[in-house]
Amino acid sequence: MAGQGHADRKLLETDLARLRASHPDVFAKDGAGALWRIFISLTLAGLFAYSVYRLEIDPQRLLKGFGSLWHFLTLMVPPAAGSWAKFMLYLHALGETVAIALLGTFMAAALAFPLSFIASRNVMPVWPLRFLMRRTSDVARGIDQLIWALIWVGIVGLGPMAGVLAIAISDFGTFVKLFSEAIETADSKPAEGVQSAGGNRLEVLRYGLVPQVLPVIAGQALYLFESNVRSSTIIGIVGAGGIGLHLSEQIRTLEWQHVSLLIIMILIAVAITDWIATRLRRSIAGRSGEAALAQ
Amino acid sequence: MASALQILPDRQLEPLARAYAKAVRTGRLKLAGGCLVALVLLGVSGWFTQFDPVLFANNAHRFPSYFVRIFHFDTGAPVWSNFEEWFWGVLPEYKCRWLWSLWDTLLIAYLGTALGAIGGFFLCFMASANIARTRSGVFVARRLLEFFRSVPEVVFALIFVAAFGIGPFAGVLAIALHSTGALGKLFSDAIENIDMKPVDGLVASGATWWETNRYAVLPQVLAHFTSYTLWRFEINVRGASVVGLVGGGGIGQDLIEYIRKFYYSDISALLILIVGMVMIIDILTGRLRHYFIGLQEAR
Repeated sequence: MAGQGHADRKLLETDLARLRASHPDVFAKDGAGALWRIFISLTLAGLFAYSVYRLEIDPQRLLKGFGSLWHFLTLMVPPAAGSWAKFMLYLHALGETVAIALLGTFMAAALAFPLSFIASRNVMPVWPLRFLMRRTSDVARGIDQLIWALIWVGIVGLGPMAGVLAIAISDFGTFVKLFSEAIETADSKPAEGVQSAGGNRLEVLRYGLVPQVLPVIAGQALYLFESNVRSSTIIGIVGAGGIGLHLSEQIRTLEWQHVSLLIIMILIAVAITDWIATRLRRSIAGRSGEAALAQ
Repeated sequence: MASALQILPDRQLEPLARAYAKAVRTGRLKLAGGCLVALVLLGVSGWFTQFDPVLFANNAHRFPSYFVRIFHFDTGAPVWSNFEEWFWGVLPEYKCRWLWSLWDTLLIAYLGTALGAIGGFFLCFMASANIARTRSGVFVARRLLEFFRSVPEVVFALIFVAAFGIGPFAGVLAIALHSTGALGKLFSDAIENIDMKPVDGLVASGATWWETNRYAVLPQVLAHFTSYTLWRFEINVRGASVVGLVGGGGIGQDLIEYIRKFYYSDISALLILIVGMVMIIDILTGRLRHYFIGLQEAR
């Protein structure tokens, strides 16, 4: 078969000269495009080299680091907790992590739901209020969860409560943005219908808008819950509760078997919550039809 | 118009009304059940996290006062009364320390994204079911990518800090690994959605696997790859400012130092610089991305 392919290839090459002559435009060299590509590649490569130089990445230290990394990896198997008491402690911390994510997401959604109406153009005619609400949510979203956790640890002290509040505030920002987008893209006809039937402003919101946006919002809340389970595993590193605290402790004391066990536990917890949240999201989207899915 | 309204005779109306009431009732029951489950879950979570509403209420006032605090110097003067003292880290007298840290953060994000894109690029062909040569290869490549993107950057960073010591390289490597996972998945999704006709054409004319990928697959997906990579760079700029918190270099390392040492006015200055940098990068990459998407659609 290989010989056959080779023969075909030869045939093609003899044809090539003929093809080149009959279709010159296809074979024309794109000089400017090629130059541009070379320029961009060189710039990117140059920036790469400069970064390596600027960040003082030393090949010798690198080699040594990879050596110790390999050593750590060999120490990681088999994953073990040492004792049942320790394992139960980790399991409790894992539960705490999921609880932090759940409570944080709920608080954020509960706070953002009424306030997102203020940030929506079609509900809030007073633009300064809308502007203020949007910028507040931008700031809440712009500062990373881990930084929020650091700040909350300074306010309410070490512990899971700081984690809940960190997730709540950064998700509040995300939720206000997502919810207000959902509200703004909602169909205005049901609202007009309620209005023309004599409904007041509150009734227009309740019966004209909320039924449309609720499934979308529930889907987004579930989605964020999923991502919060991931992120709440790390906020423990700065002392905000959950499994991250144990993880960073075990890494610092170089207990690699514990580290690999903790990572596996985190991955399993994330996979389970992903599965549950995806199923719930599908059932919500299914109930309200394809429209919610498309959002 | 009232005459146009037709009302069914009671005999026909009754079952309809009953069915409607039943439908409403089951809907409400479901909603009540859902609310009950949610409440129980929240109660359990509250117990698990020792969430103490009283403690929270008693300390809630500290949250705004923390923000008031970081916007005042230790002398009590508001920070905007003396910009030179507030943003001392950007002044040439102090060698523009913060600006260099921000620049380092960008470079960490760049290196991490570049390495991640290279890694994702090599893995994505193996992870695409329509291109890869072996089924087991697809399985292995996909699980590997899944692992890379499921482990948070900060966890990778902690491990690499232990292996390579404190410094930017740990951050670069952490971001690179996580980006490999995320980009490899997006890349292989793009490849699985290509038009297979060019591939068939090249295979039929005897092209090797590498040639097929180069001339049939790559031209179809390159614009997507570029746009995904830019989007990842945007995320990694945020990530790079966070891995510094655990010793991964860049501006995060300054920030955690100031938070730990209670240098309040410096905290606010750095937060403003970080948020500002992230916003500027978001806008710039957003423009570039739209440009590339436009190129793709024009084809």
